[in-house]
Amino acid sequence: MLKVESITQIFGGLTALENVSFSVAPHSITGVIGPNGAGKTTLFNIVTGLYTQTEGKVYLGDKNISFFEPEVLARLGLVRTFQNVELFGQMSVLENVMVGLHTKSKSGIFSCAFKLPGQIKEEKRIKEKAYQWLEFTGLADSADVTACNLPFGKGRLLEISRAMAVEPQIILMDEPAAGLNSRETAGLAGLIRKIQELGVTIVLVEHDMELVMDVCESIIVLNLGKKLAHGTPREIQENKAVIAAYLGED
Amino acid sequence: MMIKEKRQIFIFLLFALVVLLVPIFLKGSYFLNVLVFIGINTLLAVALNLLLGYAGQISLGQAAFFGLGAYISGILTTRFPVDPWLALVVAAGCASVLAFVIGFPILKLKGHYLAMATLGFGIIVYIIFNETVDWTGGPSGLSGIPNLRLGPFVFDNDRNNYYLVWMMTLGVMLLSINLSQSRIGRALRAINDSEVAARVMGVNARMMKVQIFTVSAFVSAIAGSLYAHTITFISPASFGFNFSVELLTMVIIGGLGSIYGSFLGATILTMLPEFLRVFRDFDIVIYGLMLILITMFMPAGLIGGIEMSIKIIAEKIKGSAENNA
Repeated sequence: MLKVESITQIFGGLTALENVSFSVAPHSITGVIGPNGAGKTTLFNIVTGLYTQTEGKVYLGDKNISFFEPEVLARLGLVRTFQNVELFGQMSVLENVMVGLHTKSKSGIFSCAFKLPGQIKEEKRIKEKAYQWLEFTGLADSADVTACNLPFGKGRLLEISRAMAVEPQIILMDEPAAGLNSRETAGLAGLIRKIQELGVTIVLVEHDMELVMDVCESIIVLNLGKKLAHGTPREIQENKAVIAAYLGED
Repeated sequence: MMIKEKRQIFIFLLFALVVLLVPIFLKGSYFLNVLVFIGINTLLAVALNLLLGYAGQISLGQAAFFGLGAYISGILTTRFPVDPWLALVVAAGCASVLAFVIGFPILKLKGHYLAMATLGFGIIVYIIFNETVDWTGGPSGLSGIPNLRLGPFVFDNDRNNYYLVWMMTLGVMLLSINLSQSRIGRALRAINDSEVAARVMGVNARMMKVQIFTVSAFVSAIAGSLYAHTITFISPASFGFNFSVELLTMVIIGGLGSIYGSFLGATILTMLPEFLRVFRDFDIVIYGLMLILITMFMPAGLIGGIEMSIKIIAEKIKGSAENNA
């Protein structure tokens, strides 16, 4: 599904990622873990087209997407969420999700300004569709709330609803559980599984080990920009190098 | 949602009705003349608001597109036997093409850099107006621009000009309101709130910014052409940096992202010079002061302030009604 081949990223004199390769199976849930500064978010930024890697390639299916812009990747069905929740704060919750349906609609400036019949129909369709995605994540009650007034946990859910509206093949979540309480995290685990049931491949960067061990079928461990291990949760828990990286060697 | 839409249509129709009825109650020609300029400035403010209020992209060179519209129209109709309506269309077309071409490199810039680049563009165009004396008449201006006409109907007096300008302004306002509540409007506001997130959602931010910049130039050039044909004389002084700042002030004072706010801002800034005459050249200081005060105390502009007051008063009335009951 997603294949990363020998990615190296150098910022000035700092090597953030060094020769990282892995692949993600279709319809799977993969976790990317590692101590702070391991290069997890950098890896996400490269895959989603926000950074240009120094070296290496990224494939989506058979397609080489190494230097694609984020807006092109969205059309190909690759989306992400952000560590610091990037909502459209001045817009309503429903409108946020409607932006997620941008690639699923096509009215241009002219037909929007003149409210041509096709545009009115399309507008109705995406409004209904957006509402369905809010029901999927359980946010339908907050549809008319301005996004910046949402509590943090709901903001995370909104980001996921918005990303799902793109109808992605693969969704990358950057620390979806950060800042959530334990009940919200449990809800998130359920939501992640529900997304997988729709046939979407999921990759998540996460520090919450309980969540990672719970939902992930496969885990990639990064440390200081290098891939340390790749395996099932059980293999990772027993991996000596991983334990050393997290707890320090003695 | 449906109620909100109906209310919006009602507000617009009410606004349009008032605008169309005003000349009937106005006896003096002077005030109609001021209203013509308010109309033109509203067009310009709405054009800038689409760019600044929705997409969040600043332009300090709006006066240049206004000037290009005026000069292209003026030159075509005085130096060549071109029909004024055709000149208006050509002027708007040329300004749009220019905006589209320079939009790609310029709109890659952000914040202060974008402000500087558009400022530079405005100054270059201003210098061209001043220096190409053979075409533009230079600093002494271009006179004898013919009026627009529709059959036997000539737009050569304040009443006719009022209807001409305001029909155009109302049209542009309605289209802008439609646009702001559509897929395109949402994409623009998304870019304003978080460009990165908008792009991840599949919004081609660069193209979208260039498109709205082009639309903004198109409307500004139409305003310029109307201006040239209604006052029949133009000179570079009307299209300088000061006027770009004035337009910016209109949009911010009125309210970013509000079409009626642009009308309010344009009205205030068009009337104000009459009252500020005593300050002479220091009027720009007053504009600056107004900008500072508004951004500090009413970040949503006057229209936001008014909406807020209505809400508070409505709640007070509701509260006292409940107390009485």
